[in-house]
Amino acid sequence: MKCQHCEKPATFHITELTGPELLELHLCEDHARQYLTPAEAEPSEVSSSLTESLTKQLKIGQTAEELARLDQRVCPVCGISFYEFRNVGRLGCPHDYVCFDAELEPLIVNIHGATRHVGKQPKRQSGDSDWQTELIRLRRELHEAIEDERYERASELRDEIKRIEGLVASGGRPE
Amino acid sequence: MELDRTLNRFTAQCGEWLRGCGPESDIVISSRIRLARNLADFPFVRRCTDHDRAAVEKAIRDRLNNCAELNKLLFLDVAELEAVDRQFLVERQLISRELAESSGARSVGIDPHEQFSVMINEEDHLRIQLMKSGLDLESAWDQVNQIDDVIESQVNYAFHERLGYLTACPTNVGTGMRVSVMLHLPALVITRQIEKVFSSLQKISLAVRGLYGEGSQAMGDFYQISNQITLGRSEEELIRQVGDVVPVLIDYERRAREYLIRESQQDLHDRVSRAYGILCNAQTISSEETMHLLSSVRMGINLGLIPGIEIPTVNQLFIQTQPAHLQKIRGIELGTADRNIERALYLQRHLAKKPSKNSEN
Repeated sequence: MKCQHCEKPATFHITELTGPELLELHLCEDHARQYLTPAEAEPSEVSSSLTESLTKQLKIGQTAEELARLDQRVCPVCGISFYEFRNVGRLGCPHDYVCFDAELEPLIVNIHGATRHVGKQPKRQSGDSDWQTELIRLRRELHEAIEDERYERASELRDEIKRIEGLVASGGRPE
Repeated sequence: MELDRTLNRFTAQCGEWLRGCGPESDIVISSRIRLARNLADFPFVRRCTDHDRAAVEKAIRDRLNNCAELNKLLFLDVAELEAVDRQFLVERQLISRELAESSGARSVGIDPHEQFSVMINEEDHLRIQLMKSGLDLESAWDQVNQIDDVIESQVNYAFHERLGYLTACPTNVGTGMRVSVMLHLPALVITRQIEKVFSSLQKISLAVRGLYGEGSQAMGDFYQISNQITLGRSEEELIRQVGDVVPVLIDYERRAREYLIRESQQDLHDRVSRAYGILCNAQTISSEETMHLLSSVRMGINLGLIPGIEIPTVNQLFIQTQPAHLQKIRGIELGTADRNIERALYLQRHLAKKPSKNSEN
């Protein structure tokens, strides 16, 4: 895909949420920087207020590079990228709340006006969440191994998943 | 066969939310609470492989079947259902449109009285919902909370100490709870005050939706009021927030009805009687027109303008005249034109005031 303003490839994909309608922008690095830097070159009131809100939303001073880096960040457990989340509006796994914590916080504040759960909690200790997260990761690795026809690795992974599932189910802790 | 028996059983009953009883049931149709929950050891549904999805579905269904409290649930494999049967469940509000229209392993467990249902693999692994007739949020919460405890004793929920129950969409994180009350507000629509009411509700973070939830139009003057915020307030606070505003809306609607009676009783009586006349005599009628006219008739009955018909009868007609219901009741597939004829016949049979010999469906 080409940049909307020149012939260079668009490496920045921005969804503007502040106007009355969603605005999709596909820009090269130079134009993205220009768009995201508080407007000196473009004195138009509308564009400066859009830029202002976006900069605020993504924390003041975030550069185009940082934004792109943010979009490319991937959850090590389920493999979803932040860009993908922003596009579909659905997270990939419980661990995303941990690994995208800083990015999600302004969004969560925006939606709920709060950052902390008040209310019901599960009565029983739900086991070791690190191992539950590890199960998600291992199942993904297994799926990929099967897709790539690496059957020996798949078989090892299957055994490992069974072992952890068994231990989690019996309330024990895998070492 | 088994499936047909199950669904036919539902067609013969009216379902909890249309019983037309419970507090304030002239205006409040139903109260509903749903909880969104996810398993800790699987990706969220959208990110699941087919294999994961099937494993989640099986794991949850097996665990629920293990619970003595829940073993009366009737499980339906939504992926295996015919389109008309899926639509039938949507019309009864037992499953969401999202569950009906998505793909992959997914199912629903329904209690025989249709008070609660558990959707598996909707947007979240579990969507537990409980419905009560009329305005009854407290007991809806008591019941759904107990069911949630029972399920929680069987599975590991994804829970974060600071953020609460973790959900696929950050709009549900925290309590994972949506509290909604469905109201019938025809007089506010006639007196053109409804928009004003909605904009003030939005200001206090409450959402307004139509009969079938997100994106659906306000058919038959039915509106669902629900909380938008799920994080940072306890379940009881969220219930109070919705519960506190409902009596105000009821009061507005009653005052608008009184105003119509006082200022234009003849017009109102005429409107209601014409609606009733069309419903009793039409030879072919669309679903939209039916909903619209039934709404007037329902208000007319509440105001004593149409004697001899009970509210539960009208409530039931709202649902029995929906496309999939008509086809299930008739037992054959019908195109739009045939449905419109069938609908007219159905209405004639059920709205005629002369006493019928047998109480047919």
